[in-house]
Amino acid sequence: MSEVLEVVREVIAWILISAGGFFFIVSAIGINRMPDVFTRLHAASVGETFGSGLMLVGMIVMAGFTLVTAKLVLLLLFLWFMGPVATHAIARAALQAGERPTLTGIDAKAEKDVRKLEEGQ
Amino acid sequence: MMLDRGEAMFVAGIAAILVALALMVVRALRGPTVFDRLVTANAIGVAAIMLVALYGFFIGRPEFLDIGILYALLNSVGTFAVLKFWRYGSLGHAGEEEGDPQ
Repeated sequence: MSEVLEVVREVIAWILISAGGFFFIVSAIGINRMPDVFTRLHAASVGETFGSGLMLVGMIVMAGFTLVTAKLVLLLLFLWFMGPVATHAIARAALQAGERPTLTGIDAKAEKDVRKLEEGQ
Repeated sequence: MMLDRGEAMFVAGIAAILVALALMVVRALRGPTVFDRLVTANAIGVAAIMLVALYGFFIGRPEFLDIGILYALLNSVGTFAVLKFWRYGSLGHAGEEEGDPQ
C-alpha cells in the first residue's frame, strides 16, 4: 500500500515539475518574441509566478511534512508577493521614462493614463 | 550512471530551466532599453533560485533552499535599487510621496 502511495506521489511531483519547466520555457520564448517592454513584462510574469509556483509545489510534494516544506512555502509566498510588485514598479518606471506600448489600439488609453500619472505629481 | 525515478524529475526540471536561462540571456544582451534588461534580470534571478532549489533536491541536500531564499530577497532588492538609481541618479535619494507639491 505504501509502495503505491510512493508511486502516486512521484507521479504527481513529475507532472508538477514538468509543467513548471514548460512554463519557464514558454516565458523565456515570450521574453524573446514580444515586441516591447510591457508585453515582455507580461511574458516574464508567467515564469515568475506560475513556473516557479508549480515547481515549488512539486518539491513540496516530494519533501513531505518537514522543515524543508516550511522553507519552500516561505519561498513560494515571497515569490508570489514580490514578483507582481517588481513587475508593477518596472512597468511604471518604463512609462514615466517615456516608453510607450507599441501594439495598436491601446496607445490612446496609455497616453491618457500617463497624463493622469503626470498630473498627480 | 542510472538515475532512479525520483532523481530524474529534478534533472528534467534543471534541463528545462537551463534552456529558459539561455533564451533569457539572449534577450538580456539584445534588450534595447534598460527596462528590457531589468525585466530579464529579474526573470533570470527567479530561474536561478529554482535551479539552486532543484539542484539541492537532486543531490539530496535540500538545505540549499536557504541560499534560494537569500537569492529571492537580493533579487527584489536589486531590482528596486536599479530602478531607483535609474530615476534619481543616486541610491541615497529620499524619494518623494505621490501627490506631494514639488
